[in-house]
Amino acid sequence: MITSFLLGGLDRKTGIAILVLALIGIGVTYSNAFLADASPLHVSTGNMLLFGKYAAYALLAVALDLVWGYCGILSLGHGAFFALGGYAMGMYLMRQIGTRGVYANPILPDFMVFLNWKELPFTWVFFDHFPYAMLMVLLIPGLLAFVFGWFAFRSRVTGVYLSIITQAMTYALLLAFFRNDMGFGGNNGLTDFKDVVGYNIQADSTRRVLFALTVGFLAVGLWLASSIVNSKLGKVLIAIRDAESRTRFIGYRVAEYKTVVFTVSACMAGVAGALYVPQVGIINPSEFSPANSIEAVIWVAVGGRGTLVGAIIGAVAVNWGKTWFTGVLPEFWLFALGALFVAGPLLLPKGIVGTLGGLFSFGNRPSRVVPTSPEPAE
Amino acid sequence: MDIAKNSILYLDGVAVSFDGYKALRGLSMVIGPGEMRAIIGPNGAGKTTMMDIITGKTRPDEGEVLFEGSTDLTRLDEAEIAELGIGRKFQKPTVFESHTVRDNLLLALKADRTPFWTLFHRNTKDEDNRIDELLSTIKLSHRAKDLARNLSHGQKQWLEIGMLLAQEPKLLLVDEPVAGMTDAETMETAALLRHIHKSGKSVVVVEHDMAFVRELDVKVTVLHEGSVLSEGSIDHVANDPKVIEVYLGR
Ligand SMILES: Nc1ncnc2c1ncn2[C@@H]1O[C@H](COP(=O)(O)OP(=O)(O)O)[C@@H](O)[C@H]1O
Ligand SMILES: [Mg+2]
Repeated sequence: MITSFLLGGLDRKTGIAILVLALIGIGVTYSNAFLADASPLHVSTGNMLLFGKYAAYALLAVALDLVWGYCGILSLGHGAFFALGGYAMGMYLMRQIGTRGVYANPILPDFMVFLNWKELPFTWVFFDHFPYAMLMVLLIPGLLAFVFGWFAFRSRVTGVYLSIITQAMTYALLLAFFRNDMGFGGNNGLTDFKDVVGYNIQADSTRRVLFALTVGFLAVGLWLASSIVNSKLGKVLIAIRDAESRTRFIGYRVAEYKTVVFTVSACMAGVAGALYVPQVGIINPSEFSPANSIEAVIWVAVGGRGTLVGAIIGAVAVNWGKTWFTGVLPEFWLFALGALFVAGPLLLPKGIVGTLGGLFSFGNRPSRVVPTSPEPAE
Repeated sequence: MDIAKNSILYLDGVAVSFDGYKALRGLSMVIGPGEMRAIIGPNGAGKTTMMDIITGKTRPDEGEVLFEGSTDLTRLDEAEIAELGIGRKFQKPTVFESHTVRDNLLLALKADRTPFWTLFHRNTKDEDNRIDELLSTIKLSHRAKDLARNLSHGQKQWLEIGMLLAQEPKLLLVDEPVAGMTDAETMETAALLRHIHKSGKSVVVVEHDMAFVRELDVKVTVLHEGSVLSEGSIDHVANDPKVIEVYLGR
């Protein structure tokens, strides 16, 4: 059952993408480790970190494309799930610091000592255990998405109203995480990490593993998402996207389907956040800012909504552009992003992959356009 | 309550209003098991609203709506009503445009509808055969792999009827199936509906087209301003002075 489900996800497009990701994962780590700095093929640790960050964004983009591209749920709050996963990882990394903090408290992270707290809040209790922290990476975003989705979708909140409340959700979390008394480090967030599962987080070797893991999880996320959209459930999602009430009249409980896919997507976004934090070395409330979630939507739109692979390409392309742009013309990045948001859909309404797919038809669904001729049946 | 007991669909005194406009005012009607009924009436008579109420899209302000004599439809939602065995074809053809004709039928096929089973669903030989059968019933075998958006208007109507059949409902509600069809297509559709009726299903067909209604050759109910104006054979209602006045008076 599971095997045939997963095999169903390996269409040509996804297969190629996974292969490319595997090559990148192996190639980059090999080059960073073994090639001389002078070699033209050498990838510096700085660049590896940068692309590791893009890969985490790409996983967020895949998660978003799953709900937006295939089920029509335009979430403008997916950054919240990413940030929650990131915070869960950050809490684990904070507890790993131990006595090496400024205040050398074996239990309490520095910011709690600074706030004169005497004991660990219950939210932090088991976060020194890696498996528990990883469980929370999935559970916290998943649970929030489940509860949020269940109420929103059962009340049939759709379209722009749904987008607005997802935006409100991430904004509310932004405000909450800014508060010191929430116990998550206030506006400074969580940083100054030392180790991850016992390995120095700054070491090149650790960073290579983190990079490889991020690319690996991106491949797994893509595969999982592709298996979902190629299954019969995926067809139901597309049916909901195109004709929601029709889907209801043939007996599908639309709210359940939306809640399931929203929850799965939030878990994926959480994993992306958890992979992002050890590479950038910090998580703070700004990750909840509504603009982040909107940027993620732009990545998907640029790459090609409803193509999955496009989400990855869009995330990497836009962020690469952003890095380049902020290096050359820092004050103009926001304008460039705005222009992209307007011009992208106009010039490439189906995104990069959608447009290429139309040209070469390498997608897995029939894109053959048959002219409509009213032919009476014989 | 014997009338209700022996019916597949029972409406009694159903009323609903939208912002003060009374779309249905005391509509009562009984459809027997295995019966095919044609419903006619001028635009705005409340025919589509009646279907909305039966399928759970609209809640009535008053009145009783019973399925198979006992199930109160006014308390259930669309998916639950579909599960009971009531299928509906909309006035405006709505198929899943970005799915193939085959996938449209697959989605409609009677099966476990929970997300879990749908996720791990594998097409069985039985299902494939069933879809092939349906494709030939609705005469779309040659378009099976095409996207539904590329079908002609008439073919979309047939596909929607096919999707209706795929659900294996006990009662089919068909709203204006021949609107926008050529004469030949209209006759084909009448034959298709008669075929469905013969296979033992109850069918309620709403239609304007008199030639089509004659072709169906079943009992006719005339709706006017939200209630029943006349009922009987096509010749009976066509000669009813009240009906003549409504149709000629406009
Ligand atoms: N959801 C609604 N909101 C407001 N008015 C409606 C709604 N649905 C139907 N109506 C009105 O109810 C009347 C009956 O409509 P309808 O059932 O569609 O008629 P028919 O299908 O017989 O042409 C019309 O006047 C229509 O404008
Ligand atoms: Mg109507």
